[in-house]
Amino acid sequence: MHPNLGTEILRVMQKRTIVKFLLIVTLVFTNTILFAKESKTEAKGDLKTEIKEFIDHHLQDSHDFTLFSDKETGKHYGFPLPVILWDGGLKVFSSSKFHHGETVAEVDGNYYKLYHSKIYKTDAEGTINYDDHHHATNDKPLDFSITKNVMTIFFIGVLMFFMFRSLAKSYKKNNGIPTGIGRFLEPLVLFVRDEIAIPNIGEKKYKKYMSFLLTTFFFIWLLNLLGMTPLGVNVTGNIAVTFALALITFLITNLTANKNYWGHIFWMPGVPTFMKVVLAPIELLGVFIKPFSLMIRLYANMTAGHVVIMSIVGMIFLFKSWIGSPLSFGLAFALSILELLVAALQAYIFTMLSALYFGMANEEAHH
Amino acid sequence: MEKLINDFSFGLFFWQILLFVGLVLLLRKFAWKPILDAVNSREEGIKNALESAEEARKEMQNLQSDNERILNEARAQRDGMLKEAKELKENIIAEAKAEAQAEADKVVAQAQATIASEKKAAIAEVKTQVAGLSIEIAEKIVRKELSDNGKQLELVESMLGEVTLN
Repeated sequence: MHPNLGTEILRVMQKRTIVKFLLIVTLVFTNTILFAKESKTEAKGDLKTEIKEFIDHHLQDSHDFTLFSDKETGKHYGFPLPVILWDGGLKVFSSSKFHHGETVAEVDGNYYKLYHSKIYKTDAEGTINYDDHHHATNDKPLDFSITKNVMTIFFIGVLMFFMFRSLAKSYKKNNGIPTGIGRFLEPLVLFVRDEIAIPNIGEKKYKKYMSFLLTTFFFIWLLNLLGMTPLGVNVTGNIAVTFALALITFLITNLTANKNYWGHIFWMPGVPTFMKVVLAPIELLGVFIKPFSLMIRLYANMTAGHVVIMSIVGMIFLFKSWIGSPLSFGLAFALSILELLVAALQAYIFTMLSALYFGMANEEAHH
Repeated sequence: MEKLINDFSFGLFFWQILLFVGLVLLLRKFAWKPILDAVNSREEGIKNALESAEEARKEMQNLQSDNERILNEARAQRDGMLKEAKELKENIIAEAKAEAQAEADKVVAQAQATIASEKKAAIAEVKTQVAGLSIEIAEKIVRKELSDNGKQLELVESMLGEVTLN
């Protein structure tokens, strides 16, 4: 096992303990204060549900880019995004037709309704049928919409392209020394190369993985950071995104793996035959569990961070007291700083573990 | 888990794969490759520069030790030459002294020989002259003595007496 991994996991665990501790402290505080206030205001419950719904809504992808909305007038501030559906033919229209799920959108004689951030095919009245578990049973057309997350991914892609293109260009202009923002970016690129790729993969073979590792590191980090802004995007806390990233790691690992790697999975050398048979399914399972853990780790960490921070920010409005609100504010501030660290840490861990798996796939026999 | 599957949006997954793979390929061509190449060549350059500096330093050191050696050799040579010269000088002086001595001795010997032979000749001459003078004187005396017959007889007689005695 790589020595770095142990310390990293320990660090992450320590961080989690801190978060847990803070959470417990706040929850205990909240409950006592809320309990004392419960009898006074009845509207409190409504505000709580509203905050919960707001957080739920924030964690999910959406078909329009809403920066904020006015509850009293029902006005949303933001801009609509294109909806692309495959429903017996390509259907493209603006998400403004949904009116944030309030109306039914009619396209080419078909009716669609936005319900819990998902598009369902309905009749002209927009009826949603439910099963016993209150799940909608309407047909769901294949949804390739440019959602808020897709747009953010695209934006980050363009940003990264210009950032690193300028770094690449500055070498030519300035005789091999970066200028401007490149002075900040170059050490990060070298960090990925010297601290992530070379120690885990090895001096000989790291080069072919560098493009993926660098792109992944900066992609996750920048998206994590963007998640900290009030824009309210949550890309890396979306299971589809982390699944896609983990899938690519999985594919690269197994497609570039050498004979030695497969030998260790199906016919572990150096153990009795009986153990070889027992180990093979376990090792094979490991092949899938490794990228699966990548997917869940990033998803869970970013989602948890968003939930915790938004909950504590929500508490500022719940308390409306001279003690509770500043306390929540202070806590939210402290946790935001922690999340800044987590943003970089998770990008590092994802990239580092990917590199570790690539390294395993390329390990030479040493028996 | 059910919530996770329910949350999963295939459209987002599709776009994520498409955009991400596109981003990797684009960045590889336009950013990562030039960046890593530039960094590599720069590092290579630094390494080479360090190596050549080290080499130059070594060469310098070699040169310095060479210089030192040459200097030492030159010094030794000079010392040797000085010593030799001194020896030579001493030798020459000693030789010259010896020669001079020999010459002087020879001159003195010659002088002495000459003096001796001169002295001999002088003495011989003095002797001859003394002999001649003595003969003249003796002649004169004899003449005077033998001017009368008496005396001549007397002499003959004494001489004869002497012979008979013998």
